[in-house]
Amino acid sequence: MKIIAAMSGGVDSAVAAARAVEAGHEVIGVHLALASNPQKYRSGARGCCTIEDSHDARRAADKIGIPFYIWDMAEEFHDGVVENFLSEYAAGRTPNPCLRCNEKIKFAAVLDRAKAMGFDGVVTGHYARTQIGPMGKTLHRAIDPLKDQSYVLAVLTTEQINGAIFPLGDTEKVDIRIEAEARGLAVAQKPDSHDICFVPSGDNAGWLRDRLGSEVGPIVDNAGNKIGEHKGAYTYTIGQRKGLGLTVPTADGSPRFVLKIEPVTNTVVVGAREELAVSKLVGEKTIWCGPAVDEKPLHGFAQVRAHGAALDCTYYFDGKNLVAELDKPLLGIANGQALVIYDGDRVVGSATICESA
Amino acid sequence: MSVYLDHAATTPIFDVAVKAMTDALIKVGNPSSLHTEGRSTRKDVEDARELIAKSVGCLPSEVIFTGSGTEADNAAIKGLFWKSGKRLILISAIEHHAVLDPARWLVEHEGAELIEIPVNKNGVLDLDFLTSLIAKRGDEVALISVMHSNNETGVIQPIAEVVKIAGDIPVHTDAVQSFTKTQLSYQDLGVTSMALSAHKVGGPHGIGALILKRAYEIPALLHGGGQEREIRSGTLNAPAIVAFAAAAASKNYDANRVNELRKRFEEGVLLSAPDAYINGVDAQRLPGISNVTFPGTQSDSLLLLMDSEKVSCSTGAACSAGVHRPSHVLLAMGHTEISAQSSLRFSLGANSTAADVDFALSVLPKVIERGRAANQK
Repeated sequence: MKIIAAMSGGVDSAVAAARAVEAGHEVIGVHLALASNPQKYRSGARGCCTIEDSHDARRAADKIGIPFYIWDMAEEFHDGVVENFLSEYAAGRTPNPCLRCNEKIKFAAVLDRAKAMGFDGVVTGHYARTQIGPMGKTLHRAIDPLKDQSYVLAVLTTEQINGAIFPLGDTEKVDIRIEAEARGLAVAQKPDSHDICFVPSGDNAGWLRDRLGSEVGPIVDNAGNKIGEHKGAYTYTIGQRKGLGLTVPTADGSPRFVLKIEPVTNTVVVGAREELAVSKLVGEKTIWCGPAVDEKPLHGFAQVRAHGAALDCTYYFDGKNLVAELDKPLLGIANGQALVIYDGDRVVGSATICESA
Repeated sequence: MSVYLDHAATTPIFDVAVKAMTDALIKVGNPSSLHTEGRSTRKDVEDARELIAKSVGCLPSEVIFTGSGTEADNAAIKGLFWKSGKRLILISAIEHHAVLDPARWLVEHEGAELIEIPVNKNGVLDLDFLTSLIAKRGDEVALISVMHSNNETGVIQPIAEVVKIAGDIPVHTDAVQSFTKTQLSYQDLGVTSMALSAHKVGGPHGIGALILKRAYEIPALLHGGGQEREIRSGTLNAPAIVAFAAAAASKNYDANRVNELRKRFEEGVLLSAPDAYINGVDAQRLPGISNVTFPGTQSDSLLLLMDSEKVSCSTGAACSAGVHRPSHVLLAMGHTEISAQSSLRFSLGANSTAADVDFALSVLPKVIERGRAANQK
């Protein structure tokens, strides 16, 4: 097949591209320029957005022996990922920009462009597996549980999965580094990227404050009594305990946690730990990564964070929303988080949490 | 078959230049040394200087060897500015970054004022604009810089007229693309300074020349051993210099032949893409450059597709991150950002053949079709 290898400049995408070449594909390396004003150098452990990263990607392509180009996706990235990130926070929700990037950029803008140009698909360094069976090509967890990235890929439709190749899902990260070393790739020991690539400082709250302002507002308890002040509601996360600066202690001295963020009234609601517990999750904007599910309840696993636990649940589609009823309650769920449903290790689909109880 | 159509970026080195360079590389002697070996190398350098002077129509003493065309442009723009004691710099809106960026640097760091002279839709300098500007503010002008021909479109500029309008104001011209490709005489043009580069004419990389009027001294960028009229210190790069001269003096580049090839190419392009248009088509152009806009495409997609079909061409400008940017040259000619980013430059050289042109034309329809499809996504 003729395929595009999306190369971030990191070790994973470099090995993925090399494996695709070895599998006999005709591979062309492409680095996505996602920042409109890229930094010259990496700072800390954030990848994808610096000139240094694009250089690393180019050198990996040289080593592998494939052509290399840079595609400017800065506008698409800004509109589809950064703007969405801001508007979600402004609405009091907690988004995951990596999912949006996979949904809007890597397996949409890039895959569409590649196909139009006569390529058959896109290979990336994500840790996930695909299988072909009676349900067609399906998406599965990687074998390395610490690196598994199927959660952030759960926004891919069957058609997108058909155009995606994930060569790393059957290998543990430690072995990828050894393989990169053996292949002579200079990025073999390059640190993993963490955090959000478009927040170069790593200071998420500060980045949001700069863009959304920091209007002071009340922190209230469940009864509506004001017990403190906050500096910008969206810089708090559900379940947060530290840094609340509350002036009125609880009667029994027990700690308080952020329960709710209300952007319209610019209010942060706090309460006891038990009040964070939810056992029913409702998600909108459902995407099926394989056959659609109906109203018949099925047993499976729910995951609500990129590296969160797989929680036993019963799930169904009520005609409008994806619903997961958890066997054991879960603490600290924010609207905007992605609810991903698994059947064993197969990704069933995902939805954006809009309600929990 | 693979076809190289990016000769304006760099062109294959001529055999005579390789021979001259390899002979010189194994010879010992610093041209500034006084002994036998030094004198022998110095002789080679001075022979080369005379050859280059002859081919560009200047005195040998007017040739100052530099490390590149970019360095020659920088030395001229900064040197002429500092010498003048005046603030205003006039450049054309379509200058190469080797002129544009030092001019902007002088604005940021040395208090200069910069005015860009517009071009018409064919990419030719607006002489009326220049005339009225000089009439109003001529006393304030430190220098004028207009390239002899544009590197993206090949459009030749009216330098002799610029010099007339300029009067006593020094004029610099970047003649990197024009040298050996079209009629070019330093003396006839009457400019103060001119920039040349070796690797565009069949010579090696890393060597250029600043042609600067005899006995006209400017402040230097590099200080040291005092070589090259104390304007460009540094041990002379004798192997590159003799190779530069060998290439410049060769008659390998046949302008008529290259012009015929370009005609064949452009006719073929317009047959397979009737909505395409040639930028600067109504102006006088260098023989080898063809800048084509393909509406409804993105040039970086086209370049990738052409490259996969083994045809090398250029999208023009890219930023430091390697991201394709709309060309300031095409924007100055009235393009929108979108149409500027739908353009490719094809450039032919001394060794280009009709078979090269025909092969490029044979892959073009498929490339354009896919490029259009990719652009609709």
